Amino acid sequence: MITLLLLLVPLVASLVCLMLDQAKVKIFALGTSLVSLGITVYAFTLFNNDIADQFLVNYWWIQELGISFKAGIDGISILLVALTNFLLPLIILTSFRHDYKNASTFYALMLFMQFALIGVFTALDGFLFYIFWELALIPIYLICLMWGGKDSARITLKFFIYTLTGSLLMLAGLIYVYLQTPGAHTFDIDALYNVTLSPVAQSWLFWCFFLAFAIKIPIFPLHTWQPDTYTDAPTQGTMLLSGIMLKMGIYGIIRWMLPIIPQGLSEWGNTAMMLSIAGVVYASCMALVQKDFKRLVAYSSIAHVGLIAAGVFALNLQGLQGAMVQMIAHGVNVVGMFFIIDIIQRRMKTRQLDELGGFANNSPIFTILFMIVLLGSVALPLTNGFVGEFLLLNGVYQYSAWMALVGGLTIILGAVYMLRAYQKVMLGEPHARSVEFTGLHQTEKIVLVAIAAVIIVTGIYPKPIIHVAGPAIEDILAHVKDIY
Amino acid sequence: MVQFAWLIPMFPLLGFLLIGLLNKRLPVSLSGGIATLMVFLSFIVSAVIFGEVAQDGSVPERVVLFDWISVGDLSIPFSFLIDRLSVIMLMVVTGVGSLIHLYSIGYMHHEQDHPRYFSYLNLFVFFMLLLVLGSNYIVMFVGWEGVGLCSYLLIGFWFKNIDYSNAAKKAFIMNRIGDLGLLLGVFLIYTTFGSVGFREVFESARNFPENSEAITAICLLLFVGAMGKSAQIPLYTWLPDAMAGPTPVSALIHAATMVTAGIYMVVRSNVLYVLSPDASEIVAFVGLATAFFAATIGLKQNDIKKVLAYSTVSQLGYMFVALGVGAYQTALFHVITHAFFKALLFLGAGSVIHAMSGEQDIRRMGGLKKALPITHATFLIGTLAIAGLPPFAGFFSKDEILAKVWEHSPVMFIVLAVTSVLTAVYMLRLYWLTFYGDFRGTENQKHHLHESPATMTMPLVVLAILSTVGGFIGMPEVFHAPHFLNEFLAPVIWKVNHHEASETFEYMLMGISVVLLLLIMFATYNTYVTKKVMPEENDKDLQGFAKLVANKYYVDEIYEAVITKPLNGISSFVYKYIDQGFIDKLVNGTGTSLTGFSGVLRFVQTGNIGGYIFSMVIGIIVILVLTMIL
Repeated sequence: MITLLLLLVPLVASLVCLMLDQAKVKIFALGTSLVSLGITVYAFTLFNNDIADQFLVNYWWIQELGISFKAGIDGISILLVALTNFLLPLIILTSFRHDYKNASTFYALMLFMQFALIGVFTALDGFLFYIFWELALIPIYLICLMWGGKDSARITLKFFIYTLTGSLLMLAGLIYVYLQTPGAHTFDIDALYNVTLSPVAQSWLFWCFFLAFAIKIPIFPLHTWQPDTYTDAPTQGTMLLSGIMLKMGIYGIIRWMLPIIPQGLSEWGNTAMMLSIAGVVYASCMALVQKDFKRLVAYSSIAHVGLIAAGVFALNLQGLQGAMVQMIAHGVNVVGMFFIIDIIQRRMKTRQLDELGGFANNSPIFTILFMIVLLGSVALPLTNGFVGEFLLLNGVYQYSAWMALVGGLTIILGAVYMLRAYQKVMLGEPHARSVEFTGLHQTEKIVLVAIAAVIIVTGIYPKPIIHVAGPAIEDILAHVKDIY
Repeated sequence: MVQFAWLIPMFPLLGFLLIGLLNKRLPVSLSGGIATLMVFLSFIVSAVIFGEVAQDGSVPERVVLFDWISVGDLSIPFSFLIDRLSVIMLMVVTGVGSLIHLYSIGYMHHEQDHPRYFSYLNLFVFFMLLLVLGSNYIVMFVGWEGVGLCSYLLIGFWFKNIDYSNAAKKAFIMNRIGDLGLLLGVFLIYTTFGSVGFREVFESARNFPENSEAITAICLLLFVGAMGKSAQIPLYTWLPDAMAGPTPVSALIHAATMVTAGIYMVVRSNVLYVLSPDASEIVAFVGLATAFFAATIGLKQNDIKKVLAYSTVSQLGYMFVALGVGAYQTALFHVITHAFFKALLFLGAGSVIHAMSGEQDIRRMGGLKKALPITHATFLIGTLAIAGLPPFAGFFSKDEILAKVWEHSPVMFIVLAVTSVLTAVYMLRLYWLTFYGDFRGTENQKHHLHESPATMTMPLVVLAILSTVGGFIGMPEVFHAPHFLNEFLAPVIWKVNHHEASETFEYMLMGISVVLLLLIMFATYNTYVTKKVMPEENDKDLQGFAKLVANKYYVDEIYEAVITKPLNGISSFVYKYIDQGFIDKLVNGTGTSLTGFSGVLRFVQTGNIGGYIFSMVIGIIVILVLTMIL
């Protein structure tokens, strides 16, 4: 029931949005996203850690093909649902000072996106998962295309081709696994988990799934759609992409890859690990030389998610726990960071680091909040980023000390590019134009304070996150360990 | 009372939040007062706990606050360890910390932005206390990184100056290099011992053989962390630059407390280092090299704070030599006396700078003795203490280090002895040039010269007293007086390699060092006061070795050329030609051909979304067909 509510509220709300006029739609979208958040909080209170797949809904959809509408929530899903439903109201709030043309369509698409994302994170049927996966692409594609920058047509096409290629590979993989289910074929997740696949099949299936998920995350060298898309998309689009959508890829690996093709992983896992770790260093180095602040954060995001992926491929409890914690942390921090960029850009009409500087004078509150978000993203202890990064690196270290050493360079490089950006934006003599940098508005304050609060609270007390995901992760690992 | 140990870091945290949140709403004069009071309250609680631990014997007590990170068999509680090592550090941090907070009220009087300064300073004390209180490596690491952050914020306190914020950035990044090493060391500790708690780790380590690979690797990785935080070769260049911060900050963070964190950590981990003589030898060697090189650079610096900064690097090197030869108590002894006299010297320098309206160049000073009587007297005590004249504090700790090193290796002893001569030379050069001779500043400065207010001179006097009598906590054996510190620390040091040094040697050492020191005093007085030899106005006039030293061996330039430039150059190149060039072109190529394809589709469909849904439909048909065939 709760799962259905979580899905239906944004879906219905999105349709209603289309009928509302520009003035009301913002408030309405914010209201429904808060309702979703309320339901999520309620779900948390009911959630029992030790039971898998709670709030289960299961109806036949296309019975002849063994496709059902089966969705439920476990410890992994609930965290990502919570992330989605926590970020959505904030993302909507960040748009309050923008006046987008066709606003009703804009908000309708955002809420539809929320619907699809919740679907991805709760689907327990392979085909249903695929449908939601594709549904999530449509709204973000349109948001980027219609409200993006000058070059949006070319850039969104690139993004589109990349992800479409990936999803088709995944579809092929899913169908193959489906066809191996005994008796009447079914896409039910339990059946897919228990399929016996030959090592050869697992080997090429690995690449089907890996490419699909790696593009979404993105993992080096499949990342080149990302900086362009993030930079070009409207702020809210970038936030949806980086804060939530890329977690679909990580989630996909954990939920749909590890338990189904464990042998494929034991064969190719090392390659995936190396690519992930290489991406950490590569993207960090790219971030070092960026002049556009938004592009810098886009590259830093590749570095961060590279480490998350590495933690997953380490296939141990700490790596996976770290991935869960860091998915939440990264989502919150990156939304905060992109909002900071938005705040600067709307005041100064530029994001070029060389054209900024000296804002620390103008707004002490902004200075402090920017610093807190920055500390979260460079993983200073007592912020959310540290807990995640510590567990991830520890997990990777159990896998290979050398990988941890190379991946750990993010600790140094992250500080280099982030402090450079902070210095260029905030420090130095005030510019002639710095007067244009006015203090924060009420909605801006609310969003950044909420984000800063989460950064610190989950950094000091991450136990609820770790606790809720624990049993579900152990279930997943049990599937992998069977093989070894 | 021990269970109330959480109060100790709580007070400065409260101060940070109070001052930070109220900010400008607080009356200007109040923020400094609150900050000082908070640290002083911590000091009182620390003193009470110190008293209890001193009486109670050796049982270490663990105070668990809450469960922080627990995953599988890795359990990291947020907990404190109260034992004889941590209480000593508590006393130093909160004691010297209170004095420097008090001093700051006077020093920062003319500054804007009091609340920001004092909230950062309180936050620093909070993290420093976490560092010394943590009962496992991770809580220690929280403090470790936290003090690094505060150091960053305070070095760059005057953020409008881009050079200062560069110095701040450099400090943070160099520390982070060390922190990566430390973190890897912690991971290895976890894989080796299955725990990161001090008690558990050291207990199981005791069963390991000497020089086992794992323990040596752990010790070296932890030492990389110490190199960053405690400014040892090759990660020392941030510390002299860190002098960009306000002078009390240099005294508190970059002399008395934070930079000694590396020494604290090695003392804390003494069980591991005892088990790895190989790693210890490396620690001693790096410490020795740092002590010597930094001292030579100190000879040619003309900025009063830079001289003290290099002297700090050099003194930290001393402490690492002591650690390397297994004299853990002696290293901590020097940490304590150094905290007294170096804080004193920095605060004295601050008082001079304050009087000189911000001038830091000793070539523009001279003859300040009369105008600044208290500053002069206390600075003299500090100078004598660091130079090692009995009965001042530095004499005892430095002598003990020299004696221990002699037992370990005569060659190291000689290098270290030469270093102490150099130390005496550059410190006395600084002293004579600043306080004796004629005044060399501008008329305006001369007119403005004044002794500092009581809030500043009082801490100077207290620290001068401590620098005078502080050494008595560790009297040399030959005096047959009790060595309080060694006895106090005995329970937390695993193995003390105790050789009875010969009495003749000890007396000779003392005798020679006193005679040498007097000679140096005479010689430097003769050079800088009688003959009025001034340092060159321009470094370009220097030749040979002097030029090399004045330019700090060009280490910054070498790092720039070998690391920073190539990293940026290669990254730019890769970004331009590979990321945006090759990889992206490859994909765009596919994109272009597909655009052509979708152009064909556009005859039947309209635009991209149509094409997309079309492909989804095809996908579903494919499934249907496949199921029918199979």
